[in-house]
Amino acid sequence: MQAQTLYEKLWSSHVVHVEDDGTALIYIDRHLVHEVTSPQAFEGLKLAGRKLWRVDSIVATADHNTPTDHWEKGILDPVSRQQVETLDSNIRESGALAYFPFKDDRQGIVHVIGPENGATLPGMTVVCGDSHTSTHGAFACLAHGIGTSEVEHVMATQCLLQKKSKTMLIRVEGRLGAGVTAKDVVLAIIGRIGTAGGTGYAIEFGGSAIRSLSLEGRMTICNMAIEAGARAGLVAVDDKTIDYLKDRPFSPHGDNWERAVAYWRTLHSDEGANFDAIVDLDAAAIQPQVTWGTSPEMVAAIDGIVPDPALEKDPVKREGMERALQYMGLTPCTPIKNIAVDVVFIGSCTNSRIEDLRAAAVVARGRRKADNVKQVLVVPGSGLVKRQAEAEGLDKIFVAAGFEWREPGCSMCLAMNADRLEPGERCASTSNRNFEGRQGAGGRTHLVSPAMAAAAAIAGHFADVRDLA
Amino acid sequence: MKPFTRLDGLVAPMDRANVDTDAIIPKQFLKSIKRSGFGPNLFDEWRYLDIGQPGVDNTGRPQNPDFVLNQPRYQGAQILLTRDNFGCGSSREHAPWALEDFGFRVIIGPSFADIFFNNCFKNGLLPIKLPAAEVDELFAQCFNATGYRLNVDLQARTITRPDGKVISFDVDAFRRECLLNGWDDIGLTLRHADKIREFEARRRIDQPWLFA
Repeated sequence: MQAQTLYEKLWSSHVVHVEDDGTALIYIDRHLVHEVTSPQAFEGLKLAGRKLWRVDSIVATADHNTPTDHWEKGILDPVSRQQVETLDSNIRESGALAYFPFKDDRQGIVHVIGPENGATLPGMTVVCGDSHTSTHGAFACLAHGIGTSEVEHVMATQCLLQKKSKTMLIRVEGRLGAGVTAKDVVLAIIGRIGTAGGTGYAIEFGGSAIRSLSLEGRMTICNMAIEAGARAGLVAVDDKTIDYLKDRPFSPHGDNWERAVAYWRTLHSDEGANFDAIVDLDAAAIQPQVTWGTSPEMVAAIDGIVPDPALEKDPVKREGMERALQYMGLTPCTPIKNIAVDVVFIGSCTNSRIEDLRAAAVVARGRRKADNVKQVLVVPGSGLVKRQAEAEGLDKIFVAAGFEWREPGCSMCLAMNADRLEPGERCASTSNRNFEGRQGAGGRTHLVSPAMAAAAAIAGHFADVRDLA
Repeated sequence: MKPFTRLDGLVAPMDRANVDTDAIIPKQFLKSIKRSGFGPNLFDEWRYLDIGQPGVDNTGRPQNPDFVLNQPRYQGAQILLTRDNFGCGSSREHAPWALEDFGFRVIIGPSFADIFFNNCFKNGLLPIKLPAAEVDELFAQCFNATGYRLNVDLQARTITRPDGKVISFDVDAFRRECLLNGWDDIGLTLRHADKIREFEARRRIDQPWLFA
């Protein structure tokens, strides 16, 4: 048989039907649902008199709108509350494999709770009305974000209409330096290929540096595949994948476990499989990264400078850089380390898992946030992550450093709840998007790793985490 | 879904790359549980000088006179001319809902983000990819002529410029058919319900751990 890529294996095992022009009907195994992109889909289903095709494919939670403090007061914003209550009643009517509502012990960011509950498994197709569904590809499943019409389509048919993607292999070989994390790797990748570099592709991340990462680090990488333009990111199954999934609540058990593992071990690209594009990066050359602009591709190493648009030849790019610098309130050639921050946000589906919080805590331990830093938010990705962190005493380290220890949710990544930047405020953020207004109208976002965010909180400006160790 | 066949429409030029869906419709408007009413908040942060809130009347808000869609010559535009990677970022379908609600039916650019591109077709909105050089010419012509219009014919897959030049574009046959007829994807897919059930039954045997 011809050598196949991991993507081709996943694709071909889910095709139900193909139209003449290659548009395929793909079967969906797991449908993750949250409050923002589902109400119109449930309503559409009702209006058309259609039923959910497969209730046990659905895992739901409320995360985007939920507050991260004073849970005893409930959701104060009436519009947010209505959206969360709409999800409650929709799930009550329709059913689900699992629902983790607001205040539930296992509530959290949809892309954190899927894997930690074993609801994301290798070989699955996973969809969610959220672009960061690419996160789940770290488990060698075909996972991507969809719009609300497609949410409704999956609810009604258990399928999605799809064209096959092209395949890209991004190989990161070698050893990552101390203080260099998965976040720095993926920002360096986006800096290299650009935010549209992966458009039309499913990206498989491989090479020794990717294999050396934990599943949590791989999730960080796949999470931001969408920031490189690719709907789906993938990493092959190895022992770490299987160890991670053992004994999770929705992981297979008993005989099924053995059968599943035997199948999962086939989920890698075959030797000699053909990719449409290959990109190589040297792990040892990657430095801690900080974005300076309003697109994730506008990124520099910590010892770098803000670039000068005058040196850019492409006029559309030059104007984009000028506009970004104006929005960000930055002058060309400023050393990144000279940029002071007002707020620090540690959280989001990119970086809110236990390993992320540990990395931030190592930097914060025995130190205090700088006086010029108004607020440092630490928002765990889920109730389970929160309790694990508390069991390890991380919350005490953060509080002693002047950081705020919050309840789980999406929080200031997209600022749909009360956690947001004021106009002009500058934030070191472990989230995934530095778009204009993303963290609050007029807010200025710099994307960094959790360790680098903690370092900025301590120093009051961007600082090389390797100097603080 | 509203069918789309052809359109002779006024063009508005949005001369910037990487326009993300957060810019198209900011997060505070995503709290709505409805599909309609997003038009007045399309590009809210660029279009108005204050910060918009959901459920608030937008008519009295201070407008940014420099923003392209506020300029008198582009009032009533139905075709949006854009640069690379339009619609990147969040998968929010509120973005095409807002564009459609505002009055756009066609978006022309050198490239689009995948999820946004896909979402457009579910909402009677036609995104058209053209080579960068063609897009450059359209921008130049649009800036130089007030009342610049294009004629878009989905059946023929052509755009006709005022100077008579005809530009062909590609669109997937299946999507084109759905858009021309305003077909509902779900209804089409359910014609294959037996195949789906068959596939599912096989899967239940091969990978029983995927089923509760």
